[in-house]
Amino acid sequence: MDKNQDSQSQGVAGQPAVDALTVVSGSARESRSLWSDARSRLLRNPVAMAGGAVAILLILVAVAAPYVAPYDPIHQDLANSLAGPSIKHLAGTDVHGRDIFSRIIHGTRISLRIGFLGMLLGCVVGVILGLVSGYYGGWADTIIMRLMDVQLAFPGLLVAICIIAIIGPGLENVILAVGIFSVPLFARVTRGQILSLKEQEFIVAARMMGAQDGRIMLSHLLPNAVAPLLVLCTLRIATAILTAASLSFLGLGAQPPIPEWGAMLSDGRAYLAIAPHVATTPGLAILITVLAFNLLGDGLRDALDPRLKA
Amino acid sequence: MVRFILRRLLYMTPILFGVSVVIFLILHLVPGDPARLVAGLDATQEDVKIIRSSLGLDRPLPVQYISWLGNVLRGDLGRSTRTRRPVTQELRLTFPATVELTLCATAIAVLIGVVAGTTAAVRRNSIFDYSSMVVALLGVCTPSFWLGLMLMLVFAVKFDLFPTTGRGGLENLVLPAVTLGAGAAAIIARVTRSSMLEVLGMDYIRTAHAKGLSERAVVLRHAVKNALIPVITVIGLEFGYLLAGAVVTETVFAYPGVGWLLVEAIGFRDYPVIQGALLLLALQFAVVNLVVDVLYAFADPRISYG
Repeated sequence: MDKNQDSQSQGVAGQPAVDALTVVSGSARESRSLWSDARSRLLRNPVAMAGGAVAILLILVAVAAPYVAPYDPIHQDLANSLAGPSIKHLAGTDVHGRDIFSRIIHGTRISLRIGFLGMLLGCVVGVILGLVSGYYGGWADTIIMRLMDVQLAFPGLLVAICIIAIIGPGLENVILAVGIFSVPLFARVTRGQILSLKEQEFIVAARMMGAQDGRIMLSHLLPNAVAPLLVLCTLRIATAILTAASLSFLGLGAQPPIPEWGAMLSDGRAYLAIAPHVATTPGLAILITVLAFNLLGDGLRDALDPRLKA
Repeated sequence: MVRFILRRLLYMTPILFGVSVVIFLILHLVPGDPARLVAGLDATQEDVKIIRSSLGLDRPLPVQYISWLGNVLRGDLGRSTRTRRPVTQELRLTFPATVELTLCATAIAVLIGVVAGTTAAVRRNSIFDYSSMVVALLGVCTPSFWLGLMLMLVFAVKFDLFPTTGRGGLENLVLPAVTLGAGAAAIIARVTRSSMLEVLGMDYIRTAHAKGLSERAVVLRHAVKNALIPVITVIGLEFGYLLAGAVVTETVFAYPGVGWLLVEAIGFRDYPVIQGALLLLALQFAVVNLVVDVLYAFADPRISYG
């Protein structure tokens, strides 16, 4: 994308402002072809398409969970405790006799919700900070980026754990923690994009034509930074789901009897020797979900930025 | 070189300052009276009052921060509200276990990752290449707590080769270290492979082939050396993530490290321990990053440290 704009800018270099208009509309036309190119590249990538298909299937399952699940996910049937997989209970039952298959299906809803909302929160806050930081530079940039550095000084999961330690465990708090956890990454990627874009001539032109800062950021800079952000969003859903499951496994996330995958796995730990199916299936569900979004994200990256492809 | 290290240390200072402020504020951000939180849930009104004045919780926040930081720098992190032992003592008991686990996991990850990545690159598009990259992809997406339980199920419950939990000899370390290292091994393998592929396509490698060196000599003596430079950074970063990942792994295997201590402390709302454990892990991460940067500058003469 940058390459296209570079060649265009060279084409009009040194010419009067009238051509600046052409550059603006020209870049819009180019970006349309970027998307259709990317779409056809994505459609030709079977691995990414498989990831996308599974992701869509998971979303459908999440939406239709109450209709698809054969049993009530929190209905206890103590006479039927820790039963192995059978025709009646495809994935067996847990220690309270609850149908694990139904709990996994309802868990899809919980995990995808955390994944999407967590990603969205991180994306919105991160993009705003990145835009301000990259566009204005100066002290705003210094303060925002140092704050991001402080957060990145806590390795990986520890930020989320730190936030949970403050606001307490619970499903909604996990969304908040996972969201804040994603902010620095979105801020850095956005800032990097803005820094490389803002000196380009179509931005200079927009500024010369009297566009306000807000307008330049939202209608000129942001649309041109969407591609890498879209990739990051997809990959971050996977990370958010994995992080949330880890928190719930540690007992810091979803509380019983919520059918969250990480929490279910944690419940199954005690019965590993006598009923291994209790811990096995939720892990598979997490693995499949994370894999699907990662494959889709990798495919999107290859499709949107062909220069990165080996 | 000394100047480079000093500059990096200087750069670290504001970040560590920020980290310490955040950790200090934990106690004040938690809803409720900080003095009661420190005193513990079963403390009497008198105890709370004593703690409030002894910690100076009635003074303005910046003053409190400075005296807190002074105590931390003197090695006084307060007392656990649960065990009543000094936090530093709790950390001293658990920290060696975490370092042991993290180092073992890193060693496993580097060994598997570099060997698999190099082999995959040398035999590009072979069955080994494809299968190792599929395994690496699965390794990145597998939740470590699930992998840990599955390893426990197979090697401890079914075959009784290793103990399931606890800390002791080397046999206690194997399953947790493999669990913790697996994800990092996958990432290191992917980075090594792509770095090797790039190096193998360079002119000097063709020259080495042309002058009649054996494949083995070309790969081991010429290619790997240069291909490993970016891998060093990844290993350093991964080491930091392993420290955080240890929190999960230690909980799976009930392995008494800092991560396990942290999770326990959150469960009991034992804030002095939470603060101490977070501070230690963040500090260790910062130090590891510094060491990696220095090693990187050593390994790659193209980086100037002026």
